[in-house]
Amino acid sequence: MSLISEIDYGTPASHADKTVTVTIDGFAVTVPEGTSIMRAAMEAGIQVPKLCATDSIEAFGSCRLCLVEIEGRAGTPASCTTPVGNGMVVKTQTGKLKKLRRDVMELYISDHPLDCLTCAANGDCELQDMAGAVGLREVRYGQEGANHFDAVKDQSNPYFTFDPAKCIVCSRCVRACEEVQGTFALTIDGRGFASHVAAGMDEPFLASECVSCGACVQACPTATLIEKSVIEIGQPEHSVVTTCAYCGVGCSFKAEMRGEEVVRMVPYKDGKANHGHSCVKGRFAWGYTNHRDRILKPMIRERISDPWREVSWDEALGRVASEFKRIQAQRGRNSIGAITSSRCTNEETYLVQKLVRAVFGNNNTDTCARVCHSPTGYGLSKTFGTSAGTQDFDSVSEADVILVIGANPTDAHPVFASRMKKRLREGAKLIVIDPRRTDLVRSAHIEAAYHLPLLPGTNVAMMNALAHTIVTEGLVDEKFVREQCDGEAFADWAAFVSRPENSPEAAAHFTGVPAETIRAAARLYATGGNAAIYYGLGVTEHSQGTTTVMAIANLAMATGNIGREGVGVNPLRGQNNVQGACDMGSFPHELPGYRHISDDIVRGLFEKDWGVHLDAEPGLRIPNMFDAAMDGSFQGLYVQGEDIVQSDPDSKHVIAGLKAMECIVVQDLFLNETSNYAHVFLPGSTFLEKDGTFTNAERRINRVRKVMSPKAGMADWEITQAIAKAMGVNMHYTHPSEIMAEIARLTPSFSGVTYDKLDALGSVQWPCNDTAPEGTPTMHIGQFVRGKGNFLITEFVATDERTGPRFPLLLTTGRILSQYNVGAQTRRTDNATWHAEDLLEIHPHDAEERGLHNGALVRLESRSGATSLRARITDRVAPGVVYTTFHHPDTQANVVTSDYSDWATNCPEYKVTAVQVAPSNGPTAWQDEYQSHSRESRRIDRAVPLPAAE
Amino acid sequence: MSPDKLIYMANQIGRFFAHQPGDKAVANIADHLVKFWDPRMRSAILKHAEAGGQGLQPAVLQAVLTLRADAGQVAG
Ligand code: SF4
Ligand code: SF4
Ligand code: SF4
Ligand code: FES
Repeated sequence: MSLISEIDYGTPASHADKTVTVTIDGFAVTVPEGTSIMRAAMEAGIQVPKLCATDSIEAFGSCRLCLVEIEGRAGTPASCTTPVGNGMVVKTQTGKLKKLRRDVMELYISDHPLDCLTCAANGDCELQDMAGAVGLREVRYGQEGANHFDAVKDQSNPYFTFDPAKCIVCSRCVRACEEVQGTFALTIDGRGFASHVAAGMDEPFLASECVSCGACVQACPTATLIEKSVIEIGQPEHSVVTTCAYCGVGCSFKAEMRGEEVVRMVPYKDGKANHGHSCVKGRFAWGYTNHRDRILKPMIRERISDPWREVSWDEALGRVASEFKRIQAQRGRNSIGAITSSRCTNEETYLVQKLVRAVFGNNNTDTCARVCHSPTGYGLSKTFGTSAGTQDFDSVSEADVILVIGANPTDAHPVFASRMKKRLREGAKLIVIDPRRTDLVRSAHIEAAYHLPLLPGTNVAMMNALAHTIVTEGLVDEKFVREQCDGEAFADWAAFVSRPENSPEAAAHFTGVPAETIRAAARLYATGGNAAIYYGLGVTEHSQGTTTVMAIANLAMATGNIGREGVGVNPLRGQNNVQGACDMGSFPHELPGYRHISDDIVRGLFEKDWGVHLDAEPGLRIPNMFDAAMDGSFQGLYVQGEDIVQSDPDSKHVIAGLKAMECIVVQDLFLNETSNYAHVFLPGSTFLEKDGTFTNAERRINRVRKVMSPKAGMADWEITQAIAKAMGVNMHYTHPSEIMAEIARLTPSFSGVTYDKLDALGSVQWPCNDTAPEGTPTMHIGQFVRGKGNFLITEFVATDERTGPRFPLLLTTGRILSQYNVGAQTRRTDNATWHAEDLLEIHPHDAEERGLHNGALVRLESRSGATSLRARITDRVAPGVVYTTFHHPDTQANVVTSDYSDWATNCPEYKVTAVQVAPSNGPTAWQDEYQSHSRESRRIDRAVPLPAAE
Repeated sequence: MSPDKLIYMANQIGRFFAHQPGDKAVANIADHLVKFWDPRMRSAILKHAEAGGQGLQPAVLQAVLTLRADAGQVAG
């Protein structure tokens, strides 16, 4: 193992089809037209000295170090800004060039501190490298002249420092922030000697609009912008490529290590989802992996009111097995089950559903994808034939119109949002359908063509109105529909959406958006060229979540926006492995690969492979498990990596369900809200401590690689296997690659997937099989997976969660950039700097009516319960709508959410709750009670005190 | 399991299928229940339907009653 150092070609690749051939230092090189001389040279292995160029950003031509000579041309042009021409003969090393370069370096070094030996970038500094490369031996100007040595270091960002004394004003950081990240937080302020890098309005980084993505740190050639962890630990000595465990973008990172200690996580250029970019979570927020709160020993207790007792793995596993067996003996085979998390790897989730089906002997397995994207699976499989998005992320760079509905990619899928914003800056048009004015609606150099701020709960009315416009104004892609869709279904659908009750004029009444704006947006979507839809939880987490997904699919089919680059229907998945968890058969009604458990042939395959009889009946879904617990028929639950108390709606109901169960086993990194009700705690492992795969929102299977040993002794897949063994079934896996081999053997869309292939190709997008051995970036090309595209009737049904005199406002929920879901990980990192508490956004008008000021503590109450939190007064939300996040357990936003759910999948309706907001003078009784109960139930009786935390 | 909740959920399903074209609403509702509802949920709603099915929309009631045939084999 060594440190992976990626080649920096100096300038971005050209994608031209035409090629040209040049001779550089006597070697002939053939490259696409438009390639810079610098890049062409590097392709031939010739490194031209450079400082201001790097291949993630466009060339700028400011440092003058990369000069070359071209035969037949006067002067010494910069190789980074000069494109190659056919037949060109270039020299990168001549006496003249050497002298010029030394002079340039001398100037730089004369204003640079010479403390290389103690500098944190020592060994990873391009200035140092270039001084060596050009043979700099003396600095004639001395260091006594005017310099910047005393400039003050900015340490405000928790993860990196900015030391202006070391800055060479190459502006790589400024351009990275603009071109790669799209935030425009940095500028070069002042002129000549006074010119310097300024964050925001020349303020500390933390106070500026910087989102801490790290792109500038990555681009900086010196120690000016550098990770605090490198300053603290030193330069890494080896690295391993792995995948971020936070969101569904699935960014590839190099975990740069010293021994078993992570020095930093650096986004990997070859990562096909992120192409070298990252966000604050994946790049910096990994500190939770060795946080002192981590539980490293198995624990058990008789009653949930007892303190925890640390025990051996054997004792804990023995307890799980004996309790589960006892419950089954007393209450029947169907009285226990499991819930997996979409944070876990494919191999882990596969194993848990196998444990349930093959060892427990029932199908009571579900995943937290239930509460986020289950409607996507159902809706897209009924219309297109596959339960997944249709494109890869790169497709966005071919889109002309981008329709974002119920998603906030700048916060929830930041790296993809950067790509999308880049395309928007290139001129693609944007339509945003969201109750809230998300950052995308108006940000640096981007303005949505249309923002449709609909009332929460009216997505279907809106989609039908868009469809109405498209059909009645003759904007349907007749040819596509005729050739690729079911004609009869289309005719029924067209007649349905054409009805007056589906017109924009009728929808305006429900959605609150003027009819003319809806019509204009529909026209743009249908006629603006390649149109792509991106959607998120604002679509799925509704009582009509599935219907909205179907309506979205209808719209894409009617306009022919399926089956090529630049178009499609793209669910933006929340957690890292939502797609994978669904693919792996975590739902109670289907086996891996979305095949129904009642299908005798498919079930037969699994029965033969596993050597057991499988139950043909669907099992309980998460919300049904709580109901069944209350009536006594469901008493044992194994929860892997999921905090259902905090993430599921109507917490009171969830808690009542959990309290009614006899044995709850929680496997996690930390004690959490769910483990307050557990009897056995099994300490899990982080993504750094295990091998496996995650499947991101574009169906891309990425490798997760172990960089350190599991701190509690076992990787999560080993724990599941040990439970099976304790219950009498030996699974015999020695490595997750063997689990993947089994998945491939039993699942047609994965049949071509192996760890060897993933190592060779980096990643593949399923379906990966004999017809597509290297995977499938774009789906439904020429034909839908189900044959003909199926239009479904999507009648708008208003939710039963209605506002009234007692609860006049609509609450909708979301998430923010620096925090991740229930926040168990991000809260245990310095990301807390950006989001110390959940805030309730409320419109100035509604705030005034209630006598609230900004920052006031308010009571948020619904029919289900009440909580209190601080208010933020903003016109981002419309009057009548309030908004909050659910990252902090103290807030317990889900005490307030109702238990209404999607008709097809029971995905909870998080996005609409009727509430009232009033001034408050402290936490609600529920919060107080909850806090003390939570403290009580986390007591641990330690046999031996733990060693001091790292 | 509380019949109120099951009735609500069944009617929600009914509403979607009732609006699809053709006369397959009853069959589609029944199919959805068989495919997605755990046997104990199905027996609970069937019991309610057999007792008159108060609160169930007509098509849903009809669909639930068709579950009778397989209700016996799933009861365990
Ligand atoms: S961290 Fe990202 S957002 Fe902040 S200044 Fe650097 S590039 Fe810009
Ligand atoms: S901070 Fe780094 S990247 Fe930015 S101008 Fe200075 S040396 Fe260049
Ligand atoms: S959280 Fe998402 S966008 Fe951020 S680094 Fe991880 S995978 Fe990438
Ligand atoms: S690298 Fe070309 S001018 Fe700086």
